[in-house]
Amino acid sequence: MKDFLKSSVGRKYIMGLTGLVWVGFLFAHMAPNMLILFSAELYNAYTYSVTANKILLYAVEAILLSSLVIHVLMAILLTRQNRVARGAQYAVSANGEKAVSWGSRYMAAQGSAILAFIILHLITFKYGTYYETTVNGVVMRDMHRLVVEVFQSPAYVAWYFICLGLMVFHVSHGAASVFQSFGILERKLQGGIKKFAWVYAIVIVTGFLSQPVYVFLFHK
Amino acid sequence: MEKKQNINLKLKVWRQKNAQAKGEFKEYDAKEVSPDASFLEMLDAVNEDLIKSGDQPITFDHDCREGICGSCGFMINGEAHGPQKGTTVCQLHMRHFKNGEHLTIEPWRAAAMPITKDLMCDRSALDRIITSGGYVSVNTGNARDANNIPIPKPDADEAFLSAACIGCGACVASCKNASAALFTSAKISHLALLPQGQVERKQRALDMVAQMDAEGFGSCTSTGACEAACPKEISLINIAKMNREFLRASVLKKEEVGGGDMA
Repeated sequence: MKDFLKSSVGRKYIMGLTGLVWVGFLFAHMAPNMLILFSAELYNAYTYSVTANKILLYAVEAILLSSLVIHVLMAILLTRQNRVARGAQYAVSANGEKAVSWGSRYMAAQGSAILAFIILHLITFKYGTYYETTVNGVVMRDMHRLVVEVFQSPAYVAWYFICLGLMVFHVSHGAASVFQSFGILERKLQGGIKKFAWVYAIVIVTGFLSQPVYVFLFHK
Repeated sequence: MEKKQNINLKLKVWRQKNAQAKGEFKEYDAKEVSPDASFLEMLDAVNEDLIKSGDQPITFDHDCREGICGSCGFMINGEAHGPQKGTTVCQLHMRHFKNGEHLTIEPWRAAAMPITKDLMCDRSALDRIITSGGYVSVNTGNARDANNIPIPKPDADEAFLSAACIGCGACVASCKNASAALFTSAKISHLALLPQGQVERKQRALDMVAQMDAEGFGSCTSTGACEAACPKEISLINIAKMNREFLRASVLKKEEVGGGDMA
């Protein structure tokens, strides 16, 4: 098994597995947060409910954090190896039928921006100002107030658009490639998987972006 | 029949004396090129002029000039084997180029395939990957009857598509990671599909991937550049199969317990 994990193929399985954890998390994060479009109470109650069970919370956080760390470290390792393997660059790069997609070519750069986004995102929200509110007699964190405050800044909303825009490419390429890396792809599935990955990435990012846009436009 | 107009081209060609030398681009004119000439024939004509003027001709690998041997190949304007898909550079014809066009011609570049001279590079790393497991062990003797071993048609077709690889190295050359995954996977999936390949199936996947890594090729990031560049249009699906074969072999490979005649 050590040989497997040290091989180039084995490392792609690790990249795929850890990426997949986050691909799944994106949906689990985006969908309930859509509550912000409907009610501050529901939004806060949801935040309260997912943070109430500390054991479950820490377990999920541990999985997410370890996946992220492994994904990033492995990406750095592979990118460095791949640079060495490439050696010299060409004077001209392909731009006709033999050119490659933008999303696949700049995975490392997109990943770096997304990592910066995740760190800033945690500082702003999870470790941001702690407001309190009472919903149905239960004292809880007023996450809604913080989110509304943050999204008043056009710069912050713009930053969201840039990073989540990059995420469309990163997630769509990753979500399709994982089937390739895991070796579960068959010829007849190739086209369908690519389309599925694009739709998934666009749905996730549209969902996420609708939240700051809604707050920015309708919460003054 | 209407006579096609000859064309003139500006070439920027990578010239490098030997493996150690620092190469550079040199500019040449290709004059009065027949649109019916192949790309290599165009270079032959340029070389004749170079020889006449006492210069060193441009070195490039070539052999069959029929697109089946895998000897030729270089980058034309950043595209392996030039702009036309599913074609080796020897079968690329000058009718695909316009009069006055500027072409940058570079050798394959990859740390594992070092340039030996001008447009020629050392592709023996690919041979070593094949040597490590890209074969089946059979008893010698008369050729078997063609249909002696029944193979389902879809499997035979798929195996043929993988076996079409000519080992030219365009996949490595066009990959941003200089990965040999397409080349290696084509052989692994070709033999994994066939009954003859079953005996060594697991060991083959392990050994060929290990050799590919040991040669210093990069890893696959599924950009698809290799598939687009491949003159035999080997599918990316082979890489998925290689990954599956490698996982399967890593899990199922039996421990060697010794004994028997293993002295």
